[in-house]
Amino acid sequence: MTDTVPAFTLPDTDGTPTSLSPESAAATVVVFTCNHCPYALAWHDRLNDVARDYAASGVRLLYVNSNDAERYPRDSLAAMTERVERGEFAAPYLHDQSQAVARRWEARTTPDVFVVGPDGTLAYRGAPDADHGDPALRAQWLRTALDDLLAGRPVTNPRTEPVGCSIKWRP
Amino acid sequence: MNVELLYWEGCPSHPQALADLRAALDSLGLGDLPVALTRVEDDEQVRATGFVGSPTIRVDGADAFPPADDEPLGLACRVYRLPDGRVSPTPDPGQLRDALALMLP
Repeated sequence: MTDTVPAFTLPDTDGTPTSLSPESAAATVVVFTCNHCPYALAWHDRLNDVARDYAASGVRLLYVNSNDAERYPRDSLAAMTERVERGEFAAPYLHDQSQAVARRWEARTTPDVFVVGPDGTLAYRGAPDADHGDPALRAQWLRTALDDLLAGRPVTNPRTEPVGCSIKWRP
Repeated sequence: MNVELLYWEGCPSHPQALADLRAALDSLGLGDLPVALTRVEDDEQVRATGFVGSPTIRVDGADAFPPADDEPLGLACRVYRLPDGRVSPTPDPGQLRDALALMLP
């Protein structure tokens, strides 16, 4: 993927179209995630905390589920909606049913975290932090990238290796 | 005794699971017991093995962490719960040791 991320508009679990619109936020975090992956679940609370902690700074977070729900029913829109209704998401949870967004963004895993500046350029891509098993890390790699971006500094470590379950592509 | 680790390459947890399994066997004085590695690669093999996710550890065909009856089969990462309730892609090492202690002589 080039440094300028592809635009998208995807429906949330209510069917409301939601656009990337990076110019509308100080920074936008796009997290490819899903319902069934233990890595995505293990990091989920830390990512929700980032959404809450940085909202006042103008940071917007979007969760995107691109997995093939036919072969993985736990990643269906109905299952997404159940989780949203249980209050498990601190940010919109969008459905990439065609998988077109994941393909254009070259997303590989759940989670796969992208930070986008207001000019639409990619500022960070990778894992939330160094260890899915250590909540004390608090998504520190993501937080550092946001802190740098918000301060107008070059992001210290703009790329890390995404870690998690592979995106479940359609056959 | 047949100790088997079934895994899927699409999930990165199996090296840790294998290390934890070998450590658990070693702590039980069974460090010489071989571990059979079975790579599950497609839906046909999923059905044939009753694969509910990677990693799955079995002793003589019995799952060390028996899944729920409605657990779907598939090429996926398996979700384990740690003693404190957190989600993990691998079993808790202590729980793994305890499970093996009950299953092995």
